[in-house]
Amino acid sequence: MNSQEKAIKIRLDVLDMLYKCQSGHPGGSLSCVEILLALYDNVLRYDPKNPSWEKRDRFILSKGHACPTLYAILADKGFFDAEELSNLRQLNSILQGHPDMNKCPGVDASTGSLGQGMSMAIGFALAGKRAEEPFNVYVLIGDGEAQEGVVWEAAMSASHYKLNNLVVLMDYNGLQIDGTNEQVMNIEDIRAKFEAFGWDTLEVDGHNVYEITEALLKPKGEKPLFIKCLTVKGKGVSFMENQVGWHGKPMNSEQYYEAVSEVKR
Amino acid sequence: MIEKKSTRVAYGEALKKLGEINKNVIVCDADLSHATMTSIFADEFPERFFNFGIAESNMIAASAGLAHCGYTVFASTFAIFGAGKAYEQVRNAVCYTNANVKLGLSHAGPSCGEDGGSHQAIEDIALMRTLPNMTVLVPSDANQMEKAVFAAAEIAGPVYIRTGRLPTEIITDKQTPFEIGKANVLLEGKDATIIACGIMVAKAIKAADMLKEKGFNVGVVDMHTIKPLDVDAIKKAASTGVIVTAEEHTVIGGLGSAVAEVLSEMNADVYFKRIGIQDCFGQSGKPEMLFEEYSLREEDIALAVEQAISEKLSNKER
Repeated sequence: MNSQEKAIKIRLDVLDMLYKCQSGHPGGSLSCVEILLALYDNVLRYDPKNPSWEKRDRFILSKGHACPTLYAILADKGFFDAEELSNLRQLNSILQGHPDMNKCPGVDASTGSLGQGMSMAIGFALAGKRAEEPFNVYVLIGDGEAQEGVVWEAAMSASHYKLNNLVVLMDYNGLQIDGTNEQVMNIEDIRAKFEAFGWDTLEVDGHNVYEITEALLKPKGEKPLFIKCLTVKGKGVSFMENQVGWHGKPMNSEQYYEAVSEVKR
Repeated sequence: MIEKKSTRVAYGEALKKLGEINKNVIVCDADLSHATMTSIFADEFPERFFNFGIAESNMIAASAGLAHCGYTVFASTFAIFGAGKAYEQVRNAVCYTNANVKLGLSHAGPSCGEDGGSHQAIEDIALMRTLPNMTVLVPSDANQMEKAVFAAAEIAGPVYIRTGRLPTEIITDKQTPFEIGKANVLLEGKDATIIACGIMVAKAIKAADMLKEKGFNVGVVDMHTIKPLDVDAIKKAASTGVIVTAEEHTVIGGLGSAVAEVLSEMNADVYFKRIGIQDCFGQSGKPEMLFEEYSLREEDIALAVEQAISEKLSNKER
């Protein structure tokens, strides 16, 4: 399977999961598919048979509401049986509405409260630097998430402690619940902001696995790295793309079948 | 002269002792290390100390990250910021993930003094004890604080340790036990029992002495663990028929509330009163003046006990 075929498979899994549970967040799940594929296919060091392997790289999905995409990839990699995917958001499921590290194998940090994943990553990265065999820490944050003040507390501490083993990727789809970022609370110039906080920054096409991978595999500099990933919210489903309303809305059957056929096309 | 020492100094010294024998201990602070006294650890083990600057929320969630990589992390700042400002980090990053993070938070209560109401945490115990996975410790003196720090390090999970700014009397000795979840009965009594925590335990002992002169035999229980609560100790105290709780904290949600919950559910036949902050904020002033202002003195405890005893007796006569 090439990366495009993989992306299709993951999107179909995401649509199935969200349709079945009739809740959850399609828009932001579909926008980060290629980012997570680049990480899990080409970058992260991990062992699905030993999810708590000490030497693994850590990945934190700080925009925890996009977890269907993470779950689909973790299942694909063999962290748990793919049949579990149908239990998303169900009672006693390992697949909580937002990732729970104590329930789901392969989830490195429980997230859902925006901004906190960044801070937990600081702790991971500090530990990664001290480890006998150092590891890297990758975080995916939303663009609206940058409105959380604690993101900047974390950003400041990352450069203070020279955490060049830390990479923050931003799923830059431009939309949040109440409208566009620009309407609700402008986050620009986001690269300049991270640079001012002492970070290196890059910008990539967030739907191009090759481009994301290339950015992630570049030799690390002295500073933590921020990568602005330009994405489309609801990517792959025309009636969801760039639509604020599809942040967290269940699909009816007509919409589901339409979405599936579009993704397969 | 009675020896005095603040629990925050004992906390800092205990961290240093712990750090000597446990290389896995990391300490974090948010620009208050010379007030929380984590500086004692930092001076000795600079490579195991992280200052996060004036950014408590980031510090606490980052502490959870460190803990999930195998460290035993003690994170410190003032109680008002650690339990208040960073409450949601304590909830979601520390307690929800059951991270091995100990929050040693200082300057709790009006004994914090001149800094005033903005800095005197009066609700921290209430906030912390409602959190699943959290253990809540309020040691009564410097000796107990050292033991509390070592006991907290033995637990694989979140612990809140309340420390104070004010040098207070040493009321226990090195032999006095400290077992999490097991209250220390400092005085046995038959007319009434005072259940106290933190610096109020010393006042409770003085109150019992004052009442002794009036012919009352009053017990004192040091309820250093607010959660898990020692229910058996409360049941035993209930057998005296009068219980007065004493805490340097709002009476809403703290020790008094916790004891009341137990008494209610056991349908205890008890006359019960709570000494503590009566639903108001603190203010600037010398600690002793504040104790008087908010009725937190030994005299206030003794009066409450006497009133409860007389209510009990007059009801019997009826």
